[in-house]
Amino acid sequence: MLHSRRLILAHFWLAFAGFGLALLLGEWQMVVRSPLHAWIGNPELYYRSVTAHGTAMAYVFPTLVAMGFGYAISEAALKQPLIGRRWAWAGFGLVLVGTVVAMVPVSLGLASVLYTFYPPVIGNPFYYIGIVLVVVGSWIWVALMVVNLTVWKRANRGVPVPLAMFANVAGSLLWAWTAVGAAIELLFQILPASLGLTDTIDAGLSRVLFSWTLHAIVYFWLMPAYIAYYTIIPRAIGGRLFSDPMARISFALFLVVAMPIGVHHLFADPQVGAGFKFMHSAFTALVALPTLLTVFTICASVEIAGRLRGGRGALGWLTALPWRNPMMLALAFSFVMLGFGGAGGLINMSYQLDASIHNTQWITGHFHLIFGGAIVIMYFAIAYDLWPHLTGRALADAGLMRTQLWTWFVGMIVLTFPWHYVGILGMPRRMAFYDFTDPALAAQALSVTASVVGGAILVVSGVLFLAVLVRGHMAARVQPGQYRFSVAVHQAQSVPKVLNGFGLWFGLMVALTVVNYGFPILHLLATPETSVPAIRIGAAP
Amino acid sequence: MTPLPPRRSPWTATVILLTASLAAASAAVGFLVLPGVQGQAGAGVWDAICRAAGVLQAPPGAAPVLGAGFRTTDVVVTPGMMDGATPASVGQGATLAMQCATCHGARGISGADVPNLAGQYAPAVFKQLRDYQSGARTNATMGPRAAGLTVQDMRDLSAYYASLPRLSLSAAAGPAPAIVTGGAPMRNIAPCGACHGGVAAKAGSAWLDGAPQAYLQAQLEAFAAGTRHNDISQQMRNIARNMTPAEITQAARHYAGQ
Repeated sequence: MLHSRRLILAHFWLAFAGFGLALLLGEWQMVVRSPLHAWIGNPELYYRSVTAHGTAMAYVFPTLVAMGFGYAISEAALKQPLIGRRWAWAGFGLVLVGTVVAMVPVSLGLASVLYTFYPPVIGNPFYYIGIVLVVVGSWIWVALMVVNLTVWKRANRGVPVPLAMFANVAGSLLWAWTAVGAAIELLFQILPASLGLTDTIDAGLSRVLFSWTLHAIVYFWLMPAYIAYYTIIPRAIGGRLFSDPMARISFALFLVVAMPIGVHHLFADPQVGAGFKFMHSAFTALVALPTLLTVFTICASVEIAGRLRGGRGALGWLTALPWRNPMMLALAFSFVMLGFGGAGGLINMSYQLDASIHNTQWITGHFHLIFGGAIVIMYFAIAYDLWPHLTGRALADAGLMRTQLWTWFVGMIVLTFPWHYVGILGMPRRMAFYDFTDPALAAQALSVTASVVGGAILVVSGVLFLAVLVRGHMAARVQPGQYRFSVAVHQAQSVPKVLNGFGLWFGLMVALTVVNYGFPILHLLATPETSVPAIRIGAAP
Repeated sequence: MTPLPPRRSPWTATVILLTASLAAASAAVGFLVLPGVQGQAGAGVWDAICRAAGVLQAPPGAAPVLGAGFRTTDVVVTPGMMDGATPASVGQGATLAMQCATCHGARGISGADVPNLAGQYAPAVFKQLRDYQSGARTNATMGPRAAGLTVQDMRDLSAYYASLPRLSLSAAAGPAPAIVTGGAPMRNIAPCGACHGGVAAKAGSAWLDGAPQAYLQAQLEAFAAGTRHNDISQQMRNIARNMTPAEITQAARHYAGQ
């Protein structure tokens, strides 16, 4: 039973509203820098749009989905009303206010610094203050998740924590620690420069601190999708979760190895030593482990569903699966995109192979395929699954949902595959203008145009998604019953203590952060003359 | 389902040991094996570890790359570095500027092929004066004149010239060439207008509208040849080297308003 339906709906609707607007900006960017459109003449307009798109899609949208889904999990898995609902509304208010405060200077062209900040480029202080408010709002959520779990544990001594809540708190703790890097960068480096208190900034140190946040944030975005794989999909397609402990191990591993790996974003940066780059590369390789465990466990769970539905033989269970069920479709599409995106990621994380695609459009293609594809399609699935429980109305139009998921999948493939390809051809990222009449670029024109078409398909799919949700508010009233999560083949009656709490995993995450980041950060702090003048966006020369 | 107490297990020690071993193994490869394979362990194991950790070390017996007399700019340009000029500073600058008027004009508008200084951004004038003084920029006329100026003199001069009304240009000289509006991204050339006006303006960059074509052309060619080298981080040398002679002429003609 979900008690805080309005709270959860508010989170989802703000998330999806921001997503819808940012989606339009993304497609506009694809069009104006493609051969289909003349040069817009002002690169600042392009970067303004990129900043808004990135800020909304990377900070606001996934954070709100994780928060809303987290509150739902807390109530449904622990079977207790959310403790601290007023605090939760306060957190939502901070995210809302922070988003507006950040977006006003971006819209005015005063903070076209892209969502990854890129010091020494410095924008209007309100942009950064807005981001800080969003993060503080999300930290309230982190605290509430921990409080709710602690209260439940006290009342249910000896009972295993429900898997969904275990995974949910793992995600919130990962976010709490990973946000610290960017928070230090914002509070001690960027905001002082932005407020005019300092004239210079150590851009190399900023980049190291941001890399602390930059990679694990991706796993924070990914957590709701993984929670849905384990705790929603097997139930929704009529199967059983293959292994409950395997799921817990995956989430615990994410906590440990997703964090101390961000320097693989800095392979081309001179301020970090090659030894640390190799260590981060090695730990990035390890993060494939929880993903491979997940793929195995979920495929096994799906096979159980196929066999329960009468599938026989080595592959017969595949055709017996409920392919007309939108949840089945979403999972399949998500796994295909995760597979391609993960394969591309192996190239990015390799110290040697990265050099061939570093800072090219390959990277933009990669993170759109993984996040926009594999993860966001599961956000859609989560919304579809939760909506009847939130609105008390049926979500009956499975055909429209299937069309939406198909268009998102096809659009994302058509968008990102050519995007990867032009990256291999050497097309740089973060540029506002490409002269496709140049013989060196002419060969990329067709691929870039294909990406524009992919983006247009995604816009159609985004509109369909919002239409499904809006229609859900107007459909016939139903009694959706209790919200349930997947049941494991062997439901956990007792679990090892380490897989029922987070002490060990959080401790290892912090320890590995110290090992992998401690020296590079201290060394940069101690090295003199590493600061450069701040470049102020929109300032008089 | 009967709740049972969670099992005790040797998990904690195993997991910590496993993680520590992985960290140690990757560190051993990154800090010892790789430097050896890459032939950087010649100066000893400790030296290889320091290099892999990113600690800067000069190679033993390395000769300086640049000649002893080579100078480049030591001015750190920040937005607002010249803010807060007082009327007294402007007046003092006007007095000092009398010795500049022969070439740069009585009101900062030149008849010779030297820059118009009227309305020029103060950081741009200050930086060039300081560079002439330090020897980062060399010119037979300007070098000796800058030699005796104090920092305050240079601030006053910059404030005075920034306060003068700019040259009012006649009708527009037609559409700006592509190199000014869009640059040449494939050759790593940012648009001229992104710093020098037209699209945007950046701290330390000069305002070029109405500057003599011969002067602009000569400066771009000097940057390309490396005979002028007072640009911060080689910004202009890298651009000018990659420009074609035709683009240099187009840019110079456009800013000269011809």
